[in-house]
Amino acid sequence: MVKFSDDKLAKVQEIVQRYPEGKQKSALIPVLHLAQENFGGWLSAETMDYVAELLQISSIEVYEVATFYSMYNLQPVGKYLFEVCHTGPCMLRGSDDIVTYIYEKLGIKSGETTADGMFTLKTVECLGACGYAPMMQLGKYYKEHLTKERVDSIIEECKKNAASNN
Amino acid sequence: MGVKLLLEKAHVPGIRGYDVYRSEGGYRSVEKALKMAPADIVEEVKKSGLRGRGGAGFPAGMKWSFIAKPEGVPRHLVCNADESEPGTFKDRYLMENIPHLLIEGLIVASFALGSNATYIYIRGEYAWIVDILEQAINEAKQNGWLGKNILDTGFDCEIYVQRGAGAYICGEETALIESLEGKRGNPRIKPPFPAVKGVWDRPTVVNNVETLAAVVPVINMGGEEYAKIGVGRSTGTKLISACGNINKPGVYEIDMTISVEEFIYSEEFCGGIANGKRIKACIPGGSSVPILPANLLFKTAKGETRYMNYESLSDGGFATGSMMGSGGFIVLDEDQCIVKHTYTLARFYRHESCGQCSPCREGTGWMEKILKSIETGKGKMSDIDLLWDIQRKIEGNTICPLGDAAAWPVAAAIRHFRDEFEWHVNNPIECLN
Ligand SMILES: NC(=O)C1=CN([C@@H]2O[C@H](COP(=O)(O)OP(=O)(O)OC[C@H]3O[C@@H](n4cnc5c(N)ncnc54)[C@H](O)[C@@H]3O)[C@@H](O)[C@H]2O)C=CC1
Ligand SMILES: Cc1cc2nc3c(=O)[nH]c(=O)nc-3n(C[C@H](O)[C@H](O)[C@H](O)COP(=O)(O)O)c2cc1C
Ligand code: SF4
Ligand code: FES
Repeated sequence: MVKFSDDKLAKVQEIVQRYPEGKQKSALIPVLHLAQENFGGWLSAETMDYVAELLQISSIEVYEVATFYSMYNLQPVGKYLFEVCHTGPCMLRGSDDIVTYIYEKLGIKSGETTADGMFTLKTVECLGACGYAPMMQLGKYYKEHLTKERVDSIIEECKKNAASNN
Repeated sequence: MGVKLLLEKAHVPGIRGYDVYRSEGGYRSVEKALKMAPADIVEEVKKSGLRGRGGAGFPAGMKWSFIAKPEGVPRHLVCNADESEPGTFKDRYLMENIPHLLIEGLIVASFALGSNATYIYIRGEYAWIVDILEQAINEAKQNGWLGKNILDTGFDCEIYVQRGAGAYICGEETALIESLEGKRGNPRIKPPFPAVKGVWDRPTVVNNVETLAAVVPVINMGGEEYAKIGVGRSTGTKLISACGNINKPGVYEIDMTISVEEFIYSEEFCGGIANGKRIKACIPGGSSVPILPANLLFKTAKGETRYMNYESLSDGGFATGSMMGSGGFIVLDEDQCIVKHTYTLARFYRHESCGQCSPCREGTGWMEKILKSIETGKGKMSDIDLLWDIQRKIEGNTICPLGDAAAWPVAAAIRHFRDEFEWHVNNPIECLN
């Protein structure tokens, strides 16, 4: 069963306090972020229903929002999500080569996850890092000025982290 | 070296923290402004000629003076930090490097507008910047610049940071407001403007990060002095985020009197074209503004030098000019394919259309498909005319300007580089490589 811990529930309350009385629906987007971080990196129907209940809004209002915004994953993703930007400015600096390289190295195309559930590759649109291209988002942070060598070391780092977390 | 008003201190070690920021003269504008009448602050901003840095260039002081003040209804200031226009990364630079400058500007603007609860709406991907901003807000609060009864004036103010979740359209101010209310980012029909009916139907001013940061120098130096910097109606300084095939991509503050040529070739700014290549074209104001070939970039159609300011960049209108837009400066070298670049932008706009209006929803999809087919050597000559026709049918026929933003790059690419489109149609085999 999905349920926030007490300190996360306190965080939800703190967010709701930011808005006028009765406008707790405004907390929906931040609370969905919190839910995605806490419940496995994606939003299941159960998670969305739980958020609806917390904010006293209907489930459909949550589904509407969750399906609109690209950062919400409606399906499970790998432990490490590589979101490589491929919009114009990044393309000018070689983002296509980076995407191809990841495909060759991990055997996954955009939208796919490795068989071990470790890596997911996604091509995404401009992330506001055009001057530091090519780039990808990995979790909360950006990895910029990508080269093949840098991609190698990022993959190694992820594998090491995964091993030490187990 | 030109004048620096925003980034002058951005590289002082430790400037992200409150103590250094304060010791470098930070928060003086709040001390000054909170002794003024709110209407007088608005007057100073009007005198400064400061124009909205989000892209539309609407005079900030005028917008502030338009805010409705119905009895008993709270008003809000919302800072637009959604920054999602391809080529644009200046607001991020400012928030990451000198976050207190934004917080300082927000306090002054909140006081001027009477906003007791001010929101920074930031694109969801800038997750780590949320931490930087919240830290700065906490420091400001601990030092008495935020919270209850600020500087004993009786003015209360809180600033909250709200993260988006991946939707370019939420940078459009009415979509942003919908998103802040916890809904899908579907733009509203304007008017009513947010200044009359904004978040939770309350009067709301939405301003860009850079606009609000610029309020600090405006108050410190006075509107008239600020207006002396720059040229004509392009007053003050502007942040330009430069990217693409140049030697020194990055964020630069310019005083809007330098020429485009100097901006690209001087060592102080872009440092010339990378790998010793020649320039082919440039999109000077973010992906939605018209692309210009090199011959119209350095000189206008009349043969005059083109400068990095609102008037000069738009000289010639859409036929031979472009726009200042958001300051996202994208440079393409001689090896780049205009068709492919335009295709990636069309794909971007199709991905980001909210889908409310059929010309935008359907048109962006068609433009992407046709551009892809031309780019991969499957296009016909008539497809070029079809593209032209589609973009024309989108422009001006939609609720918000995203439709126009999608149409303009396609129109300009065909206008100035039709030969490249035709080459693709005539050389299908070469296109496959
Ligand atoms: N920074 C970025 O990432 C992006 C910037 N843009 C820019 O956005 C621009 C379009 O923005 P819009 O907000 O649609 O332009 P707009 O011209 O409708 O409005 C500009 C501002 O002035 C205000 N305003 C205009 N007339 C008013 C009136 N009579 N009363 C009160 N307020 C009034 C609006 O509320 C808004 O805040 C484009 O030119 C483009 O350059 C577009 C995409 C992304
Ligand atoms: C599709 C679209 C996206 C926009 N994105 C942004 C944005 O990311 N940041 C921004 O400040 N303004 C953006 N704008 C412009 C805003 O609607 C609005 O004009 C601006 O926030 C007003 O602030 P300013 O007057 O300080 O420029 C966008 C407009 C459109 C049509
Ligand atoms: S123009 Fe496009 S993005 Fe704007 S409201 Fe219409 S469908 Fe949505
Ligand atoms: S185009 Fe990739 S970050 Fe902007």
